[in-house]
Amino acid sequence: MKAPLRRRFISVLAAMTAMAALPWVRAARAQSDPFAALVLQVTGGAPVRAGRVTVDTPRLADNGHSVLLKVSVECAMTAADYVRSITLLSGRNPRPIMATFHLGPKAGRAEVTTRVRLNGTQRVLAIARLADGTYWSGDAEVEVTESACLDAT
Amino acid sequence: MVARVHVPASVKRGAVFEVRINIQHPMETGFRYDNSGRPIPKNVINSLVARYNGVEIFRAELGSGIAANPYVQFYAIAEASGEIEFSWVDDAGQRGSERASVAVAG
Repeated sequence: MKAPLRRRFISVLAAMTAMAALPWVRAARAQSDPFAALVLQVTGGAPVRAGRVTVDTPRLADNGHSVLLKVSVECAMTAADYVRSITLLSGRNPRPIMATFHLGPKAGRAEVTTRVRLNGTQRVLAIARLADGTYWSGDAEVEVTESACLDAT
Repeated sequence: MVARVHVPASVKRGAVFEVRINIQHPMETGFRYDNSGRPIPKNVINSLVARYNGVEIFRAELGSGIAANPYVQFYAIAEASGEIEFSWVDDAGQRGSERASVAVAG
């Protein structure tokens, strides 16, 4: 007898989850990373580690014209340990470098909030450069129902 | 250019406080056309600087990926009473500035 539809659906879902966890699938995804060239441009080839940076956006944005975005970095913000800069990169905008914020030990908290334009559903990447010269990154996936770059005639 | 800077009216010395700015600006991407089909040139606020009693505390390079009427929020440490002054410039070379005072108690 055939398994009930729901059970089959669950097994397909489980298989998909398992696939995503496979290392070779991950590697393939990394190769088609739209950020690779951009990150190189921002860091000048220095290694970027994932972590310490959190990008907060609504998971679903009705409209790409104005999406609230908060980026925060795990950093004590003391005279010796602070965030030098944060760069926001878009995975799909015609001009992918959206903004660079320069902070310093006087910034109080390693957190910046702004509103961005997003040309459709995409991944947004933030790269933080700390005082010790290391680069850290964090990202967020935003689903945009109506893109910001529709031809406004 | 009209802008509004928001800081708390008073803060305790050494405390971290929020600074917000909202500038009225179209942030033209350069990808749009006007009613007669001519492209509208790109014009965005490309640089924004915040100074606290004359000392730079925050600087931003913005692009067309920032929404119209740009909004930026960040934090500062209350050191002394005084002013937070913002100044910015757009692609057309137009400059603007706005300030807000903060009173530091204790």
